[in-house]
Amino acid sequence: MLVLSRKKGQSVIINDNIEITILEVQGDQVRLGIAAPKDVSIHRKEVFLEIKEENKKAANIANVSLNDILRKP
Amino acid sequence: MKLNTKHFGEIDIDEEGILEFEEGIPGFESAKKYVLLGTEDEESPFRWLQSVDKPELAFAVIDPFAIKDDYNVEISDEIINKLGIEKAEEMLVYSIVVVPEDMTKMSMNLKAPVIINACNKKGAQVVLDTDVYGVRHYILDELNRKRNNI
Repeated sequence: MLVLSRKKGQSVIINDNIEITILEVQGDQVRLGIAAPKDVSIHRKEVFLEIKEENKKAANIANVSLNDILRKP
Repeated sequence: MKLNTKHFGEIDIDEEGILEFEEGIPGFESAKKYVLLGTEDEESPFRWLQSVDKPELAFAVIDPFAIKDDYNVEISDEIINKLGIEKAEEMLVYSIVVVPEDMTKMSMNLKAPVIINACNKKGAQVVLDTDVYGVRHYILDELNRKRNNI
């Protein structure tokens, strides 16, 4: 992992086409601006972890009759 | 091809129907091949996404539009290219379902639908770039909402 220090208004460039700018720093919160090509997907890490967790729960399914649930009024 | 599954015992699957999830499904990255199985009721919005490489792995999935009519799936160009989707009609959308012990709390993940290209059989779980949907929408609540609107 590369660690580097940046100040407000400064940025880093990744791979010539992705620019991440530090827009604002307030206490322990940092606001980032990310300029990247349209085909690059960017997501908060928590979202990914949340999806992983949800998938694990989903895989842990018992042998149930799914359709019966919907039939109940 | 025979598959000894956890939920359905030994089943015979059509190899032509095998779906390729190049990156797997988050949490299950090593399982890359799936088949989509119907349930006993043809009208049902449910399907099973059964892993081919890990027969013990299967996800219940649901047609999200059957539960939430105004569900909106906007997919990035990246995914469209990756899955080789040319027409909207060839795209299948399913939500992975979690069935907890209290089955009335069954939920579906609208934030990260499973997208399948029905033509080339490529699939992926895609994270939508929106905060409108979460990973846990209670299916019975959504259905009640839908019924009350009519």
